[in-house]
Amino acid sequence: MYELWLTFSAAIAQLASGDPLLWGIVGVSFSVSASALLIALLPALSVGFFLAYFRFPGRWAVISLLNSLLAVPTVVVGLVLYMLLSRAGPLGDLNLLFTRPAMIIGQILLCFPLLVAMSLSAFQAADYRVLETAKTLGASPLQAFVTLLFEVRFALLAAVVTAFGRIIAEVGSAMMVGGNILHHTRNITTAIALETGKGEFVQGVALGIVLLTMALVLNVSLGWMQSHSRVLRHGA
Amino acid sequence: MSPLYLLLQRVAMASLLSLISCAALADSIRLATTTSTYNSGLLDYLLGYYGQTHDTEVQVISVGTGKALKMAENGDVDLLMTHAPVAEAKFIARGFGVEAQGVMYNDFVLVGPKLDPANVSGVHTVTEGLQRIAQSNSKFISRGDDSGTHKKELQLWQHLGAAPDFSGYLESGRGMGHSLQMASELSAYTMTDRGTWLALKGKLDLKLVLQSDPRLLNPYQIMLVNPQRHPHVKVDAAREFAQWLVSAQGQAAIGSFRVNGEALFVPSAE
Repeated sequence: MYELWLTFSAAIAQLASGDPLLWGIVGVSFSVSASALLIALLPALSVGFFLAYFRFPGRWAVISLLNSLLAVPTVVVGLVLYMLLSRAGPLGDLNLLFTRPAMIIGQILLCFPLLVAMSLSAFQAADYRVLETAKTLGASPLQAFVTLLFEVRFALLAAVVTAFGRIIAEVGSAMMVGGNILHHTRNITTAIALETGKGEFVQGVALGIVLLTMALVLNVSLGWMQSHSRVLRHGA
Repeated sequence: MSPLYLLLQRVAMASLLSLISCAALADSIRLATTTSTYNSGLLDYLLGYYGQTHDTEVQVISVGTGKALKMAENGDVDLLMTHAPVAEAKFIARGFGVEAQGVMYNDFVLVGPKLDPANVSGVHTVTEGLQRIAQSNSKFISRGDDSGTHKKELQLWQHLGAAPDFSGYLESGRGMGHSLQMASELSAYTMTDRGTWLALKGKLDLKLVLQSDPRLLNPYQIMLVNPQRHPHVKVDAAREFAQWLVSAQGQAAIGSFRVNGEALFVPSAE
């Protein structure tokens, strides 16, 4: 127990000292996952909207496929991407394997189905009259889409937070296509895997604290915003 | 300023810095190497020296020897340093690797629980030691990952004429550090390179039970990915690094590397 406490306090001390190596690793994680999320967000929301408001043959099949993709393990995404990006693979000439863009692509593939599925259910739960009203008032399809986005903003925010949580915490794809190169592709999760292998638990714990703190801050702010909006709506 | 604000600021700065370092990726080569040279801290130590006199950045990808060879075969790295002589010879014969040079060696040792239930400490040859472990059905952690260490271990079992099929034989499928920790937690024996053992032994509930059998020698080679097969590899920069490793400077740096006061690798270039 005492050992555990020593490791924990050493981890806190390392974080507080502003160790550039440690914070550099945190920076890789955040820049990769934020880029992936930003790139995937709008296309995913559009697909979610499209699936919610348009009926076409095979729609159920598309939705089932997206839901199955939610269950794909991160290492499988990593493996497929590795084979595609390797010099021996079809996309080898892009020279992307073991770079940060490769990690971003992997994380886009991981968060895209999640964003579509969650935004789809958010759009479906929205009051259909919002869209009708907007249209009656002469809104273009785009304006109607924006109005609806605003209406379901909290559910969409929850989707974004969940997607960010999934990709920043994934290790399988990042390790395989990133290669865990120091200062380049070593992120929080691959560093934890490496440091544990070296028996250095302190840095692993420090990075774990960063991940947990981030999850806590994001989810608490989301919860606060949601309850706050409800108070406003019902308190009026 | 609140701690949260400070944290956010730090994260933002770290993201920015990492973006900048990404952009400054001008001259860099990729070295695939084994977990034994990386986890012990040797490569970081050597690259510290190398960086003082050279601008080329060496990006290290540490994996098992089997995977390192595969990466090199596909042309995903520029050069590699591994420790599996038989597999390396095959690799060179197939035309994937060129300009192989011996860099250094250390040796493998058998480690096990402090009580040594299989009584391995009493014997002098590694085959006899493994035989005792198998016969007493003690737990033995095999890397099981096609790494140099794993290949070596399988050769030794083969030499013994016995397949390691006793129920105490467990495959971890992970790097040397993880496997040693697993052996420590499960009170099992394992075969490890001396470097990783010395780097980690303070954290393990294990002891060295067998060493110094000539069969346990563990030589490391550096070689370049054949530029004729993969014209895109940065052969000049890769050769420069390989030449530095076998130069007097590089060899001295290897010899001076210490963990807890002990030398882990013996330079061996001619």
